[in-house]
Amino acid sequence: MNAQPIHFKPSEGFRARSKAVVDNPFLRQSFRGAMDFLMSKRAAQFPDPEELESLRTLGEHIRQYNLGKLPELLLQLEDRLTKNGIQVHWAETPDEANAIILGICQRIGAKLMVKGKSMVSEEIELNHAAEAAGIGALESDMGEYIVQLAGEKPSHIIMPAIHKTKEEIARLFHEKVPGVTEYTDNVDALIQIGRNVLREKFLEADIGLSGVNFAVAETGTLCLVENEGNGRMCTTAPPVHIAITGIEKVVEKLEHVPPLLSLLTRSATGQNISTYFNMISGPRQPGEKDGPAEVHLVLLDNGRSQAYADEQLRKTLQCIRCGACMNHCPVYTRIGGHAYGTTYPGPIGKIISPHMLGLEATATMATASTLCGACGEVCPVKIPIPELLMRLREESFTAPHANPAMRGQGAGYSPLMSAVWRGWAAVYRSPVLYRGVTWLGSRLGWLMPARQGAWTTVRVPLRPAAKRLRDMLKERG
Amino acid sequence: MSARDRILAKLRAGAPSENRSEPDVAGWFASHRPVETAVQKVARFRSCIELAHAEVHAVTPNNWLGKLHAVLHARGVDKILVAEGTAHGDAALDRLPPQGIECSTYDIAIEAWKSELFNATPASLTAARAAIAETGTLILWPDEHEPRLMSLVPPVHIVLLDAAAIYNTFFEAMQAEGWKDGLPTNALLISGPSKTADIQQTLAYGAHGPKELIVLLIGDEQ
Repeated sequence: MNAQPIHFKPSEGFRARSKAVVDNPFLRQSFRGAMDFLMSKRAAQFPDPEELESLRTLGEHIRQYNLGKLPELLLQLEDRLTKNGIQVHWAETPDEANAIILGICQRIGAKLMVKGKSMVSEEIELNHAAEAAGIGALESDMGEYIVQLAGEKPSHIIMPAIHKTKEEIARLFHEKVPGVTEYTDNVDALIQIGRNVLREKFLEADIGLSGVNFAVAETGTLCLVENEGNGRMCTTAPPVHIAITGIEKVVEKLEHVPPLLSLLTRSATGQNISTYFNMISGPRQPGEKDGPAEVHLVLLDNGRSQAYADEQLRKTLQCIRCGACMNHCPVYTRIGGHAYGTTYPGPIGKIISPHMLGLEATATMATASTLCGACGEVCPVKIPIPELLMRLREESFTAPHANPAMRGQGAGYSPLMSAVWRGWAAVYRSPVLYRGVTWLGSRLGWLMPARQGAWTTVRVPLRPAAKRLRDMLKERG
Repeated sequence: MSARDRILAKLRAGAPSENRSEPDVAGWFASHRPVETAVQKVARFRSCIELAHAEVHAVTPNNWLGKLHAVLHARGVDKILVAEGTAHGDAALDRLPPQGIECSTYDIAIEAWKSELFNATPASLTAARAAIAETGTLILWPDEHEPRLMSLVPPVHIVLLDAAAIYNTFFEAMQAEGWKDGLPTNALLISGPSKTADIQQTLAYGAHGPKELIVLLIGDEQ
């Protein structure tokens, strides 16, 4: 199960969670190593800068073209899926999505749901909701299975258990997997243990749940990218398959998929292509001997329509969930995914989470960035993440006003801080005022306190110099 | 008002006034991907799928059954799932049992034999519809003869591929075959055996699907 319920506020405790990781050399080294590995694998997949740039431009164009027609594409997708025999459901909130999924489970009397990798199901906290309804929800992606066994959330959207060492996983399996009598930290043996446990569950499960990487409107096809085969198992072996996706994942044409797939697998894990690319266009047809009898798709909004309504913020929805921004982020690399407290960590998490959770819960997240620009440079679909972070800072910290673009606008606003900044701006705009304040500062610097909040926890106190630069230059003649 | 109507209303209210032009995907592939000869495509396909840990054997229409037998024998596998009603499946059904390989068929719905498929089916043989050179990818379209789980559940998956059916790219394959006008209930791209690197970035094969992927490549002149 997930450790954190849906009402969790990421902003609260962010500093403490970050500090806990920074203070742990072992975890820091673990993240550093993993991110270096992923960065070098990605770089090896894009040896030609011209090809990379032109493919990114194409990827951005495809995403913007499709987002531009989103309402009509969703209707086309619904129509085509329905004709193919796939049942389409719409959910505005996580609660609605959970109710739809659990309603299907209850209608067929399901006891066990096996889940392929789906960050949207993490977003709606489906495991909590299923557990409360008496339905087992078992993660079958190896990384997700490991974090579920540990009672944690994924710390990375592509590699959920990246924060764990093989020794930790070995201990976890030894303690928690039934039938594992001997400790082993041999990775092949550990994967075999997971394989054997989960194969039994694929056999037993009444429902398989998956995410969706691309939903193709013209053909009514749900596309899934994966390496393990658990996604294929979940969508094929149980009698009912439920897919869940954010409303932004639709593309109009099948031909839009190859460029995005190439960008996705190469950016995410540095693979030329994933082992499996699964294209599902319908339930089992008469004469076919396997495949689910029922296929459902749940289309989830959860704040995406808010991002959609603003030209700049809409670019957030271009994301294809490759995780490259977090792999290259100096902040993510130092604090890991759990510190953020959101389903999506790292740079993409900082720009999408405020739409899902409101700025009330996420006001300070956009400040946890160096604005170095690495996330924007590597984004395969050219989301201008640093620009969006600046925008979100403004949305969070300026005074509340009527008709805001975002829920919780002004949540981080402080009249005192605002007055300080206004004063600062006034001083720098007026030469007379600037000279006066610096003259005063150079004489009253001794009054500065020795403790200056967070600054002096790791730095010497700020104290104006006894002489101003202009005075020193004047003395020099 | 339903959730559907509310979501659509919000999206319509926020939709951009001007849409972007349609992306030129065909133009990008034409200018950024080479069109290779048949021999080059085979070589690229082979190199890519072998990098992904698959095993490839060059065979002919006359000797592929012999190679299939040898591959199974080398692994100590004496039972294989084949597709009755297909040319290659029927050929295997004729020729393998006299050589000591038991052939089972997927002739009933999965519910009737799920446990046997999962627990007592060590290998399977399917045919690929086509392949993609650029990424070393097999294209499978499961149907009533070769259902979806045939290529997923058995630990050893053997695929018969005609070298003449290798395309340069995924885009070329879908365009040339007119996929947008008719996809099966489930189409698959497969690029190696099942794998994971979820434990400390260490690559391990056979996570949930086949531990081994073996390609019998008919017509590879190499």
